Amino acid sequence: MDLIQNLALGFGVAFTPINLLYCLVGCILGTLIGVLPGIGPVATIAMLLPATYALPPVSALIMLAGIYYDAQYGGSTTAILVNLPGESSSVVTCIDGYQMARRGRAGPALAAAGIGSFFAGCVGTLILAAFAPPLTELAFKFGPAEYFALMILGLIGAVVLASGSLLKAIAMIVLGLLLGLVGTDVNSGVARFSFDIPELTDGIGFVVIAMGVFGYGEIISNLAQPEHEREVFTAGVTGLMPTKEDFKRMAPAMLRGTFLGSALGILPGGGALLAAFAAYALEKKIKMQPGEVPFGQGNIRGVAAPESANNAGSQTSFIPLLTLGIPPNAVMALMVGAMTIHNIQPGPQVMTSNPELFWGLIASMWIGNAMLVILNLPLIGIWIKLLTVPYRYLFPAIVLFCAIGVYSTNNNTWDVWMVGIFGVIGYTFVKIGCEPAPLLLGFILGPMMEENLRRALLLSRGSWSVFVTRPLSAGLLAAALLMLIIVLLPAVKNKRKEAFVEE
Amino acid sequence: MNIKSQKDFFSGLMFMGVGLAFAWGATTYSVGQGARMGPGYFPLYLGVLMAILGAAITFSSLVVESVGGDKIGKWAWKPLFFIILANLVFGVLLAGLPSLKIPAAGLIVAIYALVFIASMGEAGWKVKNTFILATILAAGSYVAFVLALKLQFQVWPAFITG
Repeated sequence: MDLIQNLALGFGVAFTPINLLYCLVGCILGTLIGVLPGIGPVATIAMLLPATYALPPVSALIMLAGIYYDAQYGGSTTAILVNLPGESSSVVTCIDGYQMARRGRAGPALAAAGIGSFFAGCVGTLILAAFAPPLTELAFKFGPAEYFALMILGLIGAVVLASGSLLKAIAMIVLGLLLGLVGTDVNSGVARFSFDIPELTDGIGFVVIAMGVFGYGEIISNLAQPEHEREVFTAGVTGLMPTKEDFKRMAPAMLRGTFLGSALGILPGGGALLAAFAAYALEKKIKMQPGEVPFGQGNIRGVAAPESANNAGSQTSFIPLLTLGIPPNAVMALMVGAMTIHNIQPGPQVMTSNPELFWGLIASMWIGNAMLVILNLPLIGIWIKLLTVPYRYLFPAIVLFCAIGVYSTNNNTWDVWMVGIFGVIGYTFVKIGCEPAPLLLGFILGPMMEENLRRALLLSRGSWSVFVTRPLSAGLLAAALLMLIIVLLPAVKNKRKEAFVEE
Repeated sequence: MNIKSQKDFFSGLMFMGVGLAFAWGATTYSVGQGARMGPGYFPLYLGVLMAILGAAITFSSLVVESVGGDKIGKWAWKPLFFIILANLVFGVLLAGLPSLKIPAAGLIVAIYALVFIASMGEAGWKVKNTFILATILAAGSYVAFVLALKLQFQVWPAFITG
């Protein structure tokens, strides 16, 4: 069995004491930052990235995987306890999780989220391990035209699944693509849009954009709102264990959520978000058992299913990244950036040229999930205390970590000035209602798209028909078009609005 | 003609402006043709695409009704100013500005300055609390970034370390 052999190799790499330690540190840091209200996984990873610079690539990626999962779980914790989703995919967790907390059942809600996430993580890891090799085979059949078409599909997928105006989201992607082109053109050596500033010929650092827009921009808009009184249910968290009855209801919900999440996560676009929404909708349709609490009033299935789904989705969303090298969402875009910093070019060649890294990363995902349960459930009391820290002490610390983070990327103050500029830009985006996540995705994909377009058109001698005459590429583009049409259908359009309003 | 969504109206204008700027900038490089794309080819078409999208957004903001006019609202100048200033001062103090002959004051001083300036962006800040916070963060950063992660920083002011 190749699968078992490969996984054994991966666990061999990940299970060294030192890597386990990094994973643990990553988990602790991830939860620590992720649990802070108003900081999503993107900002968390960007902020903690510098902590991995000094590590060897495998350890760094293992630590990042730990940070990623725990930042996500931290977001669910705030969703349940404070009714404040740390990120869009835990929006649905708020609905029933917060109600459970209000009825003094915060403990079982947190446990359901944790156990559901762990179970989904295990299944997701297996799916990833099983599907990655054949997909990698497929990836080697991809020419530049297919890659270009796939990126279009990914970008369209990311916007149709996001909330808010479709046109604006597409415009933000294009802006991201353009920002990604700043710097020296690899083919001609011309420094584009660099205004004769030597630092700009290297391009704009993605850490700078992520921290400026997601870190500073968010802080400024948070400070602009008067501190509203938040109800934090710290006293209610006594009994963690769900009752037997809870388990009976949770288990099938977890299974359904995991299944749905894994399938939707592979799709390009915000897999985790869609998965959580779909899983919640599915649970609502399933017949109530006698004596069950209605949805919206603290049903445990309403926590277990979306949490399982979003974790399974975030797990399988690694598949397009690791096999094709194409990030399906903003968090994965950040992972690409992290890998490039460690001199790894994500894509099909990683698995063959660097199997230790590839399988080690997959194994570490499972370890990260396991640690999430081992670490977070017993320590939940500490994380909850963090929730009570007033924002006025948090935000200077966040500003400081962002500033130190960008400076240490290149040990250059230029990045510090740039992050200031992007902070202003980020706040402007908030004010004019532009969602910044598509921008980051476009930014990472910009140079890749240009390169593949260039190659595709070079091979076809300038004929654009190459994108529709090659079957694979035509299929991908047709899928992208179909997605756009479906979203623009009036019936779906209204449903989509409803789904995102339902917070 | 009324603006029905302020946010869309101005974001559309922004996309148009930035798109045109990129497209214009791209024409200063060689554009080339499909088969032989020059450095200006891709940015030129992206810029044009973005300007068109921006125009569509602005147009729809004048036509499509939105709830409550989708107002942009007041800008939070105070936090904006202090957060960005804190960031800039941190950069200057940390590494100095050779072009203006400002010597580096090092990490510790920079952290105190950043925490104090950033705190001013919030209404109810108190000197004592901020001082305690800055001290904790300075000590924590020294241990975490300098001792544990061994990142390269100038820790103390240049006139002490020489």
